[in-house]
Amino acid sequence: MSDAAYKRVRIARNNDRPTGLDYIRHIFKGFIEFHGDRRYADDPAIVGGIARLEGSPVTVIAIEKGHTAKERTWRNFGAPNPEGYRKALRLMEQAEKFGRPVICFIDTSGAYCGIGAEERGQGQAIAENLMVMSTLCVPVISILIGEGGSGGALALAVADRVWMLQNAVYSVISPEGCASILWKDSAKAETAAASLKLTAEDARNLGVIEKILSEKEIGEKAFYERIRGLLKEELEVLARDAELVGKRYDRFRKIGAAAVMKESV
Amino acid sequence: MALLNFMKPMNELEEGGRTSAPVQRDAGEPEKKCPNCHKEIPLSRLWANDLVCACGYHFRMKARQRIQMIADKDSFRELFSGMHSDNPLNFPGYREKIETVRAASGEKEAIVCGTAMIGNQRCCLFVMESYFMMGSMGSAVGEKITSLFEYAVQYRLPVVGFTVSGGARMQEGLLSLMQMAKTSAAVKRHSDAGLLYIAVLTDPTTGGVTASFAMEADIILAEPGATVGFAGARVIEQTTKKPLPEGFQTAEFVLEHGFVDSIVPRSAQKQYLADILQMHDGRAV
Repeated sequence: MSDAAYKRVRIARNNDRPTGLDYIRHIFKGFIEFHGDRRYADDPAIVGGIARLEGSPVTVIAIEKGHTAKERTWRNFGAPNPEGYRKALRLMEQAEKFGRPVICFIDTSGAYCGIGAEERGQGQAIAENLMVMSTLCVPVISILIGEGGSGGALALAVADRVWMLQNAVYSVISPEGCASILWKDSAKAETAAASLKLTAEDARNLGVIEKILSEKEIGEKAFYERIRGLLKEELEVLARDAELVGKRYDRFRKIGAAAVMKESV
Repeated sequence: MALLNFMKPMNELEEGGRTSAPVQRDAGEPEKKCPNCHKEIPLSRLWANDLVCACGYHFRMKARQRIQMIADKDSFRELFSGMHSDNPLNFPGYREKIETVRAASGEKEAIVCGTAMIGNQRCCLFVMESYFMMGSMGSAVGEKITSLFEYAVQYRLPVVGFTVSGGARMQEGLLSLMQMAKTSAAVKRHSDAGLLYIAVLTDPTTGGVTASFAMEADIILAEPGATVGFAGARVIEQTTKKPLPEGFQTAEFVLEHGFVDSIVPRSAQKQYLADILQMHDGRAV
């Protein structure tokens, strides 16, 4: 089986790729970071706040992996705890109150698998985000910039538009995890990666994302300018849409429906 | 009209169901060892006791057996029974796997949905099936749950749901992940319509089901001793390299941490649900 999909996984995980904060700093102006979930703690794996996109205020939220070894450890390698998702939710509800669009940048191997995360309700935190995001009455655009690891990524991706970088991946489980569960052999990760259909092209073919963003000149000025232009253009379309919430429901409602066989009984 | 139709018994625990088999011991009666108290229990006694050991240990229960236990006699009407997953990604081995599981379990999918009366209260009811790929959520499970909540909105009915799941069905890749968002949106619409949703978490409720509709109910109950969590215990141990605390990810653990309303033993569930349903019987104050 082709290893093309697993190559994408390796690229998506590469430490040299721009991280969430790089996108925030280069695409927006005047970013002001807000901390904490008002419940328990501030999770450094998720960064959020307000900024301007070509002059208009927006709420921006990003999963941040960090660049240096020290920062990566501090940010838990971009694996959020429940308080990260609750901070994101707080900022999204704040955006709704003040009529600001929400833009999320996603890059995580998954929600953190830890004792404290379970004690503080990792499942409940993700579930609540999915539920509340589905009816948020401001436009939401989510961009997968690296790894899109399962529920931990989806918790910021119940959006009107979901885009993926060309080499980003989006998957229900890591290829290694899948191979180890199904075939008791994590070395079969390449086969798993190909079978899981986790590339940007796969996601678009499955109707899970709308757009694939080219990685030409990634990390350079032109790259961020291009994304800024696309965001501005799309937000203008979404802002005029009176049926936003209904369409968001339909967007997710139809996913997988074609995969379901309906026999008459 | 789909009447309750018991499939061929799959193992000794299902034989006879709960209403048959008088409680008496023959010399050669088969027994089942309880993993908790290690005593041998005559199967007839287990059947008569909703598969609960005298020590309180709750054995796993098939979906249709549970429906018979919870719903008023002959009140269950199955919905969406024809829906089942194909192999949308052509995932290696999935078609064979699902055909084997179908034949063995007698079910088309990992969930049974319908309407029922519980203590004379009409509701929508879903029960997940542990004997079908450990209740994993693929496109069909997501579609059935979503359709049931939409049906409940249309007819203004409460939803009662029994969850059991190992999580998302990885053989359907991204499509199964998206079912978390799809079902959550349907639960939200039902909730915004002012309707009641009660979830009962049974062993095990984990992964993508915990991180979606299991944790989104107005009232969340759990069966004693049920495993309830997001990540798998082994994965957590490998990630953190720390020993897991005693009783980690049990129903009692999540109750202590504030994520379920109450732990309700099987024998008390029907009355408990009926009482809650009755207190929400449509006359808004």
